[in-house]
Formats: sequence, C-alpha cells, structure tokens
Amino acid sequence: MNKTKFGQFGGQYVPETIMNALHELEAAYRDYQHDPEFLKEYRYYLKQYVGRPSPLYFAEGLTKRLGGAKIYLKREDLNHTGAHKINNVMGQLLLAKRMGKTKVIAETGAGQHGVATATGAALFGMECTVYMGEEDIERQALNVFRMELLGATVVKVTSGTKTLKDATNEAIRSWIHRVEDTFYVIGSVVGPAPYPEMVRDFQKVIGEEARAQILESEGCLPDAVIACVGGGSNAMGIFHAFIGDEEVDLIGVEGAGKGIETGLHAAAIAEGKVGVLHGMKTFLLQDQQGNITPAYSVSAGLDYPGIGPEHAALYERQRASYVSVTDDEAIEALNALCLSDGILPALESAHAIATVMKLAPTMRADQILVVNLSGRGDKDVHTIAAYQKGEL
Amino acid sequence: MNRIDKTFQALQAEGKKALITYMVAGDPSLEETVDLVVAKAEAGADVVELGIPFSDPLADGAVIQAAAQRSLDRGTTTDGVFKAVRKIRALSQVPLVFLVYFNTILAYGPEVFLNQCKEAGVDGLIIPDLPFEEKEEISHLMDDSVYLITLVAPTSEQRIQELVREAKGFVYCISTLGITGGGTGFFSGLEEFLARVKSETYTPIALGFGITKREQVKPLLPMVDGLIMGSKIVDVIHQSQGDPVELDVFVRSIKMEFE
Repeated sequence: MNKTKFGQFGGQYVPETIMNALHELEAAYRDYQHDPEFLKEYRYYLKQYVGRPSPLYFAEGLTKRLGGAKIYLKREDLNHTGAHKINNVMGQLLLAKRMGKTKVIAETGAGQHGVATATGAALFGMECTVYMGEEDIERQALNVFRMELLGATVVKVTSGTKTLKDATNEAIRSWIHRVEDTFYVIGSVVGPAPYPEMVRDFQKVIGEEARAQILESEGCLPDAVIACVGGGSNAMGIFHAFIGDEEVDLIGVEGAGKGIETGLHAAAIAEGKVGVLHGMKTFLLQDQQGNITPAYSVSAGLDYPGIGPEHAALYERQRASYVSVTDDEAIEALNALCLSDGILPALESAHAIATVMKLAPTMRADQILVVNLSGRGDKDVHTIAAYQKGEL
Repeated sequence: MNRIDKTFQALQAEGKKALITYMVAGDPSLEETVDLVVAKAEAGADVVELGIPFSDPLADGAVIQAAAQRSLDRGTTTDGVFKAVRKIRALSQVPLVFLVYFNTILAYGPEVFLNQCKEAGVDGLIIPDLPFEEKEEISHLMDDSVYLITLVAPTSEQRIQELVREAKGFVYCISTLGITGGGTGFFSGLEEFLARVKSETYTPIALGFGITKREQVKPLLPMVDGLIMGSKIVDVIHQSQGDPVELDVFVRSIKMEFE
C-alpha cells in the first residue's frame, strides 16, 4: 500500500510545482511527530493557551429528556476561539516555525479555522492570509471582522460557488505561487498527503482525552462515539483513539441540508462517488462529467462537497458508519440542547446532537453515547435567527 | 508514429522551434472550437492543446478559469469534446493534446477515456493534478498512440532526472512559481533550469506559463524546442467572440518571431 493513502483513498493529486513542498512538509512532520521537544511545546500551548483538557460533561438534562442512553459531551466548544480547530492550528504553526516559515495561508468556510489560524499567527508573530468565499464572507461577517482584528488579511474568493471549495482552490493556487516561504495551514483532514494524517494527529488529543475521561467516570467504554463531518477533522480527532476498540460504534454525521432528495445537501458519503479534488482521492459530490457539484448545509462548516480520505477508508472497511441529518433536525437539536443543558452548540455540532436524539431513546439506560461538541454556537446566532424567520 | 514526434522531428530537421497553443474546448462553443483549432493550425500552431473544462481547475489562473466556466455553462461534456476532436481530425492532422484534470478522466473511466482518445486522434494528455507519484493511475493503460506529457517545475530540482526519464512527446517546463496566466514574471533561474532539464533528456522541451507577448519569444527560443501560449490565446478568442480571422492574425504575428 502507498504510504500516502488510506486504502485507495488520499494520495497527492497536486501540480508538480508543490510536490517538493509536500515532500519537505512530510519530512519535517516525520522528524517532529515523535520529537519530545516538539510534543512538549505543542502540549504546553494546548494546556496553557487553548485550555485543554476539555471536560467530558455528562449531559444530565438531555439524557433525562431523551430517556435512554447516558449522553456525554466532549466540550471542544470551551477551547480558546470556540471550537476544536485551534488544536490543529497550534500543531501546524509550531511545525511551520520549526521549518523556518514566517508566512502562513489558510482557507476557511464558516471562519472558525480562519479565526484559529489568525489567532495562532498573532501569537507566533507570523504573517497570515486567509482565503474565504464571497458567499461565506457575507454569511459570517463576524468572523471576518475577528480575523482582521487579529491582524490577518482576508482575501475574498469570487470563483466557482464562492464557498469553502473555492477558497481551498484559491489557497492552493496561492501556495503554488508562494511555496518557497509560505506554510499552508489546512483546516481539516483533507488535501494531499501528509495533511489528512497530520491534521488527524493534531486533533487526536480529543479522543485520547475522551477515552480516558469516560473510563474514569464510567469505568467502561461508550457504546458509540458520534461526531459531525464536513471535511471531518473533529470526527477523526475523536474517533482515532477508539478505532482499535471494535465494540465502540463510530458514527459520523453529514449535513443532509434541505433533504438528500432535494439535491441541496452536503452528504458526500451518502451520495458521492469516488473522485479527486483538492489533492486527494475520496468520495465527492459530482456530476456525470466529474464536475464538482455545490454542497449545501445551513451549517457553513459542513458545506463541503468531499470528506477526508481516512473517513472514506473507515466507511469502506465498515469500521465507521455515516448518517445524515437535515437542517431542520439540526436546528431542533440545537434548541433542545439550549433548553435541556444551557449549552448553545455550533450548527455543525448540532448535527451530532440530532443523531443522539434519534439514537438515545432506543437504547438502555446503562448504555453510553459520547458526542463531540466540536464548537459553540455564538457564531451562528444570525443564521439561527434568519432560519427562525423562515429566511433560510 | 505519434503526431507530436512527427512534428518535432520535422521542425528539428529545419532547425525550427514549435509554437504550442492552448484553448478551452467549448469556449465560446464546441462548433467554434473546431474552426478555431483549424485556423490556428493553418496560422502556424505546431501543436494544439485543448482544455477539457473542469469545475475546479487548480492549476489555472483567472482567465482560463473563466473560460472553463463559460464552457461548462454552455453544457460542454467530455463526449462533446471527443466529437469536436473527430471533426477536427477530418480537417487537420495538427497534433492535439488534451489538458484535462484527473477527475474528468476518473468520471469517464480511464480505460474508456483512453480508447476514445485513440479513436478520435488525440496524441497526448497533460494532467496537471496527476504528478509523478500518482501517474500509475493511468500510465499502465497507455501506449505510444497517446502520450502522458511530463510537467517539470522550477521547484522540481532533484526530481528532474526521475521526472523526465520516460518523458515522451515533449517535456512541459513551467516558467514560473504560480498558475497559468503568469503576471508575476519568470522564475529568476529560468536559464539554468531549462539547461538542466535539457541535459537530462533527448525529448524536446517546451516552456509555458506567462508567455503573453511576441517580444518574449526571440530571447526564449534558444533555450527550448518549443513555446506554449495559453491564457493569452484564450483571451484573444474571448475578446473576439471566437472569430477565427482574429485568431489567425494573432497566431501569425507570434509565429513570425519563430522564423
């Protein structure tokens, strides 16, 4: 098997101009991934700056309301900048620093990864440029303002669908142009190797903590671990530590948007075909000609036409299952968690909660569900308000 | 013999260099693409690169992205492009090379795609997102009737030898760090880069990306066996709304510099 691939998925489908940069990145990553000094520094920032470990909270209210399995929430929403994205950014920026790169670029959809990258770049004194689709800039004006406050330059991307897919194209194009002094901080477990593996490694702390925490509080492993999937970094982060525990079900939740049957969705595994985009081979939403079709979800972070290649491989070998949840179900779950436990989840994470709401009532009271609450919903209040007014 | 080899051999026998021009199939329409390719060939294009439009052309700048989008909006399909190639072949024997992103081939089915190329008379494929590391995806299906064109970048450095070892047709040397359309000027070590590529292969080498003006041609010719013009041609076609006469005039003005 090719070392850049997970089964048939992944690889390095990129222009020749950046192949050397990928090899350089891979070599640096291999050097540092087990380097005690590097890991010490990474852990230092996760603890002192990000605020890890994040709690594994027993959601009393939701558990009681649903009347079935016990529900635990991995509180990534309590991290600095409000989501899991910062874990990965810390790792990549520390690597960039060791590689002597002073400029970083990133793509962003909802803006969470852009904000996290801008935050880290400010911390480490790096020049930061974030590529963001014109449509997302309008939907997530608050995050654009945050990035600018943090000293980043936000570049508006007007090509194609003007969303995350196109922002990623533009970030890769810009990397081709600036490859000699610039580090590209990819925000999810997507892109050419070694990114999917590296991003997963910088997110696997979520699952490592959650596994230890559930063993401590319950003395056993959960029946299932549930996480939402756009590109899939929070899901890979929490799944990874449990992959060897065959008795634990791993469930990824894609955005079904307005319903799979309407065509307005982001369910790359449910509806996609194997193809190549953004340097990787994976499941993609595409037409018969192989042109990528726009994804849709009320949640900008799930609005991506592909899925990380390791997820594609987990799906193919049936180690993880993937379901999808509509906008309506996600919003209902968001409202439920607000009222049951006083937690406003991000719209992305609300998709995972919606799946819990379907599963928990069918389970026994001694069964356990662990859910990755990947981010907080403050960024989404305008979207939720618009949705409630019937504008979405 | 592959038409690309035939063309380069004939040029070399006369001590001449090749003018390779690009265009996006289906912009402004596939019918016009047929006329435009024939017009180009008659005006002196030695090899024609035909882009199959793709929704996410990672290696292309704004001009070609926009042309691809226009073509897709008109409903261009891979089958439609093959049909246009067959029409071209009835009128011209100019070597034709597809510039095609790998997902287009995957969606069509690599084996069927290659068979269609052979039957329609396509001589080579440039797949910008299929680097050396992944070329096995398709190279095992190919024979000398359709070449997989090798791309070499200024950043390829120690990879050059390996990349060009089995190069066929011509080696596509990228002039800049960047995407098509240039605008940033050539890579500063261009001359050494081209000399190094040349020293590693007997296959003709051609330079592309960022060649937009006739004044650029003469100084570059001694370093290469051919020059590739892409975005500028796409722009000329777009500005003239696909007028073959204007394209003819433009290509002739460039070709004069090759004499």
